[in-house]
Amino acid sequence: MADALVYLYAVTDAGLPEPAVDAGVDGARVRRVVGHGLAAVVSSVDPVRFSEESLRRSLEDLQWLETTARAHHAVVDAAARSGPVAPVRFATVYLDDDRIRGLLAERGAEFGAALDRVRGRVEWGVKGFAVPSAAPGEPEPAPGAGPGASYLARRLAERNRAARGQEEALAAAEAVHRELAAVAAASRRYPAQDPRLTGRREEMVLNAAYLVADDEALRHVVEQHAAGTVRLELTGPWAPYSFATLEEP
Amino acid sequence: MTVDRALDRDVALVDLLDRLLAGGVVIAGEITISLADVDLVHVSLRALISSVSTLVEP
Repeated sequence: MADALVYLYAVTDAGLPEPAVDAGVDGARVRRVVGHGLAAVVSSVDPVRFSEESLRRSLEDLQWLETTARAHHAVVDAAARSGPVAPVRFATVYLDDDRIRGLLAERGAEFGAALDRVRGRVEWGVKGFAVPSAAPGEPEPAPGAGPGASYLARRLAERNRAARGQEEALAAAEAVHRELAAVAAASRRYPAQDPRLTGRREEMVLNAAYLVADDEALRHVVEQHAAGTVRLELTGPWAPYSFATLEEP
Repeated sequence: MTVDRALDRDVALVDLLDRLLAGGVVIAGEITISLADVDLVHVSLRALISSVSTLVEP
């Protein structure tokens, strides 16, 4: 039987304790590989189920993806509660512990810089949804216009109103983002989530992450926009998934 | 305004996947079997979307 592979969740300071979590992905025990002042948070995983070929297949399985993503998150989140973490991209697997030590040796300075960037800070997510605008007065169809013409005029007015509403919501989202970014150490935009995934009918006009030491200013901005044309939702605190990158974000 | 504590089990999967599939340190190298490539992320999200639609609209 082939040797176990090593699943890498995150890199932390060497001084951090083992993450307080029962199990990682695939029910595997979570442990640390320490070197160069850093600790890699890892699990030994099944060499067949976590081979490149199996992973590519498994990633297409929603059930597997959800279970494994939540297990990955539980480990990263537990680690983040005791100190700065640099989360690693989902489904990153190494051949053995020696390769992990090699990574810490080769990229140690970059990981150190990434950890310093997020030290004492957490990530908050802000999503913004366009609030369906109240219908402004529609222009009456011209007198004498037939039923067909007035139907078309109504449809046109509806379409114009929807387009205008969307433009306004997008502009408002940009303004909100600038305000949020101004009170954050760093920010990152994500593409709008697919309505089929969110199950929401309103259009998503903002999907962003903000890195902050203290969420008070961020909350203040969100509350100030509570009655605006964009309905804001805050999620977090998250481990700094969006900001612990090895290149400048 | 709603606030979800991110460590709760009810973290929305879609919010988690934004971060897990597009965030995090990407380590590329011959010694890794990393599935970090963007193409794959798109492939899996497409599958996810179709799976979810299937679940929602039987």
